[in-house]
Amino acid sequence: MAQNFPQIDPSMLLEQMLLIRAYEEAIVAGSAAGAVPGTCTSVGQEAAAVGVVNALAAEDLILTNHRSAGHLLARGADPGRLLAEVMGREGGYCGGRSGSLHIAVKELGVVLTSTIVGGELAMAPGVALSRSMLGLPGIVVCFFGDGAACEGRFHESLNLAALWNLPVLYVCENNHWQAFVHRREAMSREHVSDWAASYGIPAQTIDGNDVLAVLAAAQTATEQVRTSGRPYLLEVLTYRTRGHFEPDDQAYVDREELAAWLARDPIKLLGDRLVADGSMTASGHARLADKVATRICAAHAFADASPYPNADTLTRDVYA
Amino acid sequence: MPILTLYDAVGAALTEEMRRDRTVMAFGEGIATKRHELVSEFGALRVRNTPLAEGIIAGTAVGAAATGLRPVIDLLFAPFLCYAMDELVNSAGKLRYMSGGQWSFPLVTLAMTGAGWGVGAQHNHNVEAWFVHSPGLKVVMPSTPADAKGLLKAAIRDDNPVLFFLDIGLLHEPGEVPDTEATIPLGTAAVRREGHDVTLVSYGKTVHNCLRAADELAAAGVSAEVVDLRSLKPLDMPTVLASVAKTGRLVVVHEANRLCGVGAEIAAVVAEEAFASLKAPIARLGGPDAPVAASYPLEQAFVPQAAAIAAAAERLCRRQYA
Repeated sequence: MAQNFPQIDPSMLLEQMLLIRAYEEAIVAGSAAGAVPGTCTSVGQEAAAVGVVNALAAEDLILTNHRSAGHLLARGADPGRLLAEVMGREGGYCGGRSGSLHIAVKELGVVLTSTIVGGELAMAPGVALSRSMLGLPGIVVCFFGDGAACEGRFHESLNLAALWNLPVLYVCENNHWQAFVHRREAMSREHVSDWAASYGIPAQTIDGNDVLAVLAAAQTATEQVRTSGRPYLLEVLTYRTRGHFEPDDQAYVDREELAAWLARDPIKLLGDRLVADGSMTASGHARLADKVATRICAAHAFADASPYPNADTLTRDVYA
Repeated sequence: MPILTLYDAVGAALTEEMRRDRTVMAFGEGIATKRHELVSEFGALRVRNTPLAEGIIAGTAVGAAATGLRPVIDLLFAPFLCYAMDELVNSAGKLRYMSGGQWSFPLVTLAMTGAGWGVGAQHNHNVEAWFVHSPGLKVVMPSTPADAKGLLKAAIRDDNPVLFFLDIGLLHEPGEVPDTEATIPLGTAAVRREGHDVTLVSYGKTVHNCLRAADELAAAGVSAEVVDLRSLKPLDMPTVLASVAKTGRLVVVHEANRLCGVGAEIAAVVAEEAFASLKAPIARLGGPDAPVAASYPLEQAFVPQAAAIAAAAERLCRRQYA
């Protein structure tokens, strides 16, 4: 079955992951220097976003959450407009009204973003309902974390999507951390996918740091949602290698656990693999990193040059 | 003109709007069971029962509204809205603004509230002011079947999320309802009775208590004007201010808790904008800062009744204010 899926160049996946990493590291540096507001980064989780988003079709719609830089950049968002949004500038995707936490980009099909943990899960069935009622193409992909899976809305959402046959791919990026609480302190089950079975929803737990494994699983999952018109849950096991937000000293994080996941950094895993199997040279790898660095420089220049919103627009777009 | 109850007027509005616009759908707690005529005409996909899970009902409506549908959801009783606050307040009310205007959320939430059935405080709590205080939302509470139909039709066509409160005490009261395309724009109050000595402003069932008070006042030689707000956001302050400019006296009446209720806003705006017209202090009558009891006499005692309204108005008219 997998051979029917479009071939995706692994070096493109690597480039996207490098871009996400560089973008978020630029924010971390800017935040430390006091020039950029701190954000909730997805550092360490890049393979989850890149693997899933590259399995989607153009007409598919995405709902995401506060840790969304990977989803947005993998979907083709312009890092300059993202950074401008984080910096509260008029040139940002939401005119500076969102900041980093709730960026939505209609033109890319990133439809609704909620920073209320579980908020995206509550809205996902409705987006799928409009697809099915209006006969529109595309499935709905909802990214959430293990923290959101402990909200009641997760269970209500899965129940309704299963009951009403809604085409939703639920993607749990299980990054082990629910703000400042480790998932083993908060979850009665080992895996979020364990809960899906109660609702008759097929589910799979995969290694979220291997982007090729994520891509393959997401291709299978999206195909299943597309053909069945029913929900599917993909649990992508990964790790939040930075803090809940910037800055966060991570004093509460087990050093050995963190070190073990850092050793399996998704970017290093794919880079090493491509160099080892001869499909990329070390200098090719370096050229990708340079290309990404150039884009981030341009993004910074764009965001820095973008003006702050004028105060007389304070109440614009409250009502339609 | 046909005679319908307020409950049936809601059904008539739903029927007409679902005929007019295929993107309108209705789902909620028992709506397909209670309004089976809608299922017969529009099918089980457009009219659906849901789990008793207000949060996911509202969240589903928010997602659907953003992407092409016009859902009307029935959450039964207003206190149940507590389970849907995130979806209504944080998502429907804020995500248009926070996305820089990329989305709109044309959805209507129906909820019953108010004295009448002795259902107690977890089914009867007039929470409408909470939503007036939340940006991005509109709030409607009709007092007649005709208004329920006309306002609901307008609410369904509105591109903003609308909280539509149904007063339990009025639900089965009959009234003339036009069978024509009679939408009532949100944000237009109605002068129910003209008068020149005192203005009584209210909404929901207490409009009728104000009308009864106006009868009592007329017998005592006081001419009261009664303004029915109909929608609480947008609030038709020009109609209120015009009435106060004429009468010079204002009594604001509602069943909801007086403390930070809609009446407080009306009183404040009148004090700011029409101070020179006022011949007497503004009086506010509202429910106490207490949950509603189930016991009938206590439930009725919660609501400003005609005698109390008339007494308050008469005090304003008779007393000399230096």
